[in-house]
Amino acid sequence: MHDTSAAHAAHQHQAPTSFIRKHVFSLDHKVIGKQYYDLALVAVCIGMLLSWLMRIHLGWPAWPIPLLDKLSAVGAPQGVMTPEYYLSLMTMHGTIMVFFVLTNAPFSAFGNYFLPIQIGAEDMAFPRFNMMSFWTIFVAFIVMIASFFITDGPPIAGWTSYAPLSAVGGDAGPGLKLGQTLWAISIAIFCISSLLGALNFIATTLDLRTKGMSLARMPLSSWAWFVTAVIALLAFAVLLPACILLILDRTAGTSFFIPAGLVLSDKLQPHSGGSTLLWQHLFWFFGHPEVYIAILPSIGIVSHIIPVFARKPLLGPRAAIGCMIATGFLSYMVWGHHMFVSGMSPFSANLFSVPTLFITIPMTILTLLLIGSVYGAKMRFTAASLFCLGFISVFISGGISGFFLAQPSIDIYLHATYFVVAHFHFVMAVASIFGVFAGTYFWFPKMFGRMMNEGLGKLHFWLTFIGVYCIFMPMHYLGLAGNVRRYSAFTDDYLIPLIPVHKFITVAALLTGAAQLIFLFNFIWSRFKGPIASENPWEATSLEWSTTSPPPFDNFGGKHMVVYNGPDEYGVQSSDGKDYIMQTSPEKVPAR
Amino acid sequence: MGKWFAVLVTVIALISASFFIMHTWWLPTDISTTGPAIDRQLDETMVETGILFLAGQLLLGLFVWQASDKNPARKMKIFPGGPTPLVTAAIIVVGIEVFALTFMGSKAWAAINEVPAAADSLHVDVQAEQFAFWFRYAGPDGQFGGLHPELIDEGDANYFGLDPKNDVAARDDVVVGTLVVPVNRPILLTLHSKDVGHSFYVPVLRIQQDFVPGIEIPVHFTATQTGKFEIVCTQLCGLGHYNMKAYLQVMSEPDYEQWLKSQEGQ
Repeated sequence: MHDTSAAHAAHQHQAPTSFIRKHVFSLDHKVIGKQYYDLALVAVCIGMLLSWLMRIHLGWPAWPIPLLDKLSAVGAPQGVMTPEYYLSLMTMHGTIMVFFVLTNAPFSAFGNYFLPIQIGAEDMAFPRFNMMSFWTIFVAFIVMIASFFITDGPPIAGWTSYAPLSAVGGDAGPGLKLGQTLWAISIAIFCISSLLGALNFIATTLDLRTKGMSLARMPLSSWAWFVTAVIALLAFAVLLPACILLILDRTAGTSFFIPAGLVLSDKLQPHSGGSTLLWQHLFWFFGHPEVYIAILPSIGIVSHIIPVFARKPLLGPRAAIGCMIATGFLSYMVWGHHMFVSGMSPFSANLFSVPTLFITIPMTILTLLLIGSVYGAKMRFTAASLFCLGFISVFISGGISGFFLAQPSIDIYLHATYFVVAHFHFVMAVASIFGVFAGTYFWFPKMFGRMMNEGLGKLHFWLTFIGVYCIFMPMHYLGLAGNVRRYSAFTDDYLIPLIPVHKFITVAALLTGAAQLIFLFNFIWSRFKGPIASENPWEATSLEWSTTSPPPFDNFGGKHMVVYNGPDEYGVQSSDGKDYIMQTSPEKVPAR
Repeated sequence: MGKWFAVLVTVIALISASFFIMHTWWLPTDISTTGPAIDRQLDETMVETGILFLAGQLLLGLFVWQASDKNPARKMKIFPGGPTPLVTAAIIVVGIEVFALTFMGSKAWAAINEVPAAADSLHVDVQAEQFAFWFRYAGPDGQFGGLHPELIDEGDANYFGLDPKNDVAARDDVVVGTLVVPVNRPILLTLHSKDVGHSFYVPVLRIQQDFVPGIEIPVHFTATQTGKFEIVCTQLCGLGHYNMKAYLQVMSEPDYEQWLKSQEGQ
């Protein structure tokens, strides 16, 4: 096993005493993890509020929304939003959710907090890098939010920011002046932060595992963070230069993404020689792996939590690890399936379709392993385990629609319809968030030393589980009927009969959103007033449960952890009469 | 608790599936020669994935139901045979499905996108702009005039940037806001954009194709029914995106000829 004595010497640092070093510019991975989590929480509140505003507008376009005119008198005169303001809110919803929530919460927040503890390290490999990566992401967030408060408003080009709409500037319409530039700058800063974070995760996993913590003994959550970090390192390394080129096109007069002969606002644009498809290729080369950056950590979290509450090992952990790696590998070969209608060679569509369909194989295996792990279990039903089971269900629902969109012949009908909106919300947004909820209910005692309220947690689960199906399942039907996405109103003859479905979805979204207030209350209240948590309230085996709740500054109070077992030794008879054996226990695991 | 979950997941799966099965909301009737292959492909995918969807959800419900049994005498069980049968089943079942879908689907795709348009196709030139589609017919000379972006002038209705002063071919070009085509005749469109990305989506034709600035993109189809159908933009193009639309008017051959003559006379 890896010799950690040199690493230990390098990372032995004293707990800081000043408030700033302890809570603000902290080098402690646990504080940084909580900072990421809190940032994601703020971001998800904003993102969900934006979705409420959009849904209200789609269901009842003429309704004045109280206070909206205070946010933007131009964008929402008398509280009724303009078509361009709808697009602004939509762009910001997508951007904030994908980058600042789905990348931040399951990967950066939980990964930062628990990866070092789960492998028995005292901190990340590069604590200063770690602090930098949080504070750069914080700057990115401020820059992104700033666009709400500029005269021209936030950008309207969508979270994909397709060129040339995003590249030519104000001639293309409102929101495309400073707002779009801020978007590109913010995402570029975000990329730098993610690259620093990814490097740190990889180095930590490879170098800082404690004695006995072989790769095969790493919990699945740590495996998922590790694989995700490798994906992120390659993906953000492509998005960063793409954003820089976009900024240059917008501010320095270059033409990377703008071809010759474009006429906007009656003006022939002074650009020539660029390729609009280049942006799509660069963006989706990042964008598709990004989907797995959002979902793999949640798959890992759920695979880690299910055995705890099923009281038996995960079925086929090695197969699950293999599937995660295979998915990460394949994720780089499929970006073109976002571009079936883009006018790239129709022959290449087949080339992108086949690996896309192949991804369904490791994903199906992962899902079946999770379902198979529930088989024959003596399940303990808690808020955490319910969200894990809910994860499996929504992941199936979201994954299934991938079969349609992976085929170019069907995609050309469904592309850019609500079918796609349903697909990616289920498979990467809802599923990933279910993983985050499961992780929160599971790890909260460790992170904050207090228990969350289980009753409220379960209520939160039932309402959310029913709610997301009411919101996103009907979107499949809309998509089949050809309902185009990114429309601020439905004026086409064939879309008008679909408006009642939109009203249903709006009501469901408002109610489901309101149910999240239960979580928010539970989270904040329990953080300060929840009952004190014991060291190992769930009777789990991995290393984070071998230390106090919350762990001390150096994680294990100066102890050097030695690992003897895998992470899933549940359903066994231990010598002290328990049904599990800790990873740190030298006891030999008896046959089941 | 677990039994509630099992019941709920089953109910949700059955309700969700029933709307697909009943076709409560469905694709509009196809009016193209290439559409039926796509519809067949979609139907087949729907059946295969529908089975996987129901199997997955119901299996989850069943196992959770069993796992919630509180009888203390009940023994914990691992899945028969361990992970191997599940992994093997996934590889075989999904693998076969992947190959079947690819084999069938690539044929439907090829018929539209990899086969060139028929030689006798009626050629219509399409320009998209914020927030309208314009259609151009070659006129009696059968020749399209050249495009000069710098000459585009909305006020003068010169949407394409034609140069009728110097370009003989451009003088008789017919430019209209509705795509009028004869029924049962192959049509070849050339898509190009004036400003930003747009898309040409005609649900009844099962066609969606982006306008990509800087590139000319061919699209071909044959409409099999007369009538008036909607063309909408599906690529986010700015504030008026939701309102960017035009009509496809499919006419009998004589009606079409008459329409074309009336336009040429203007």
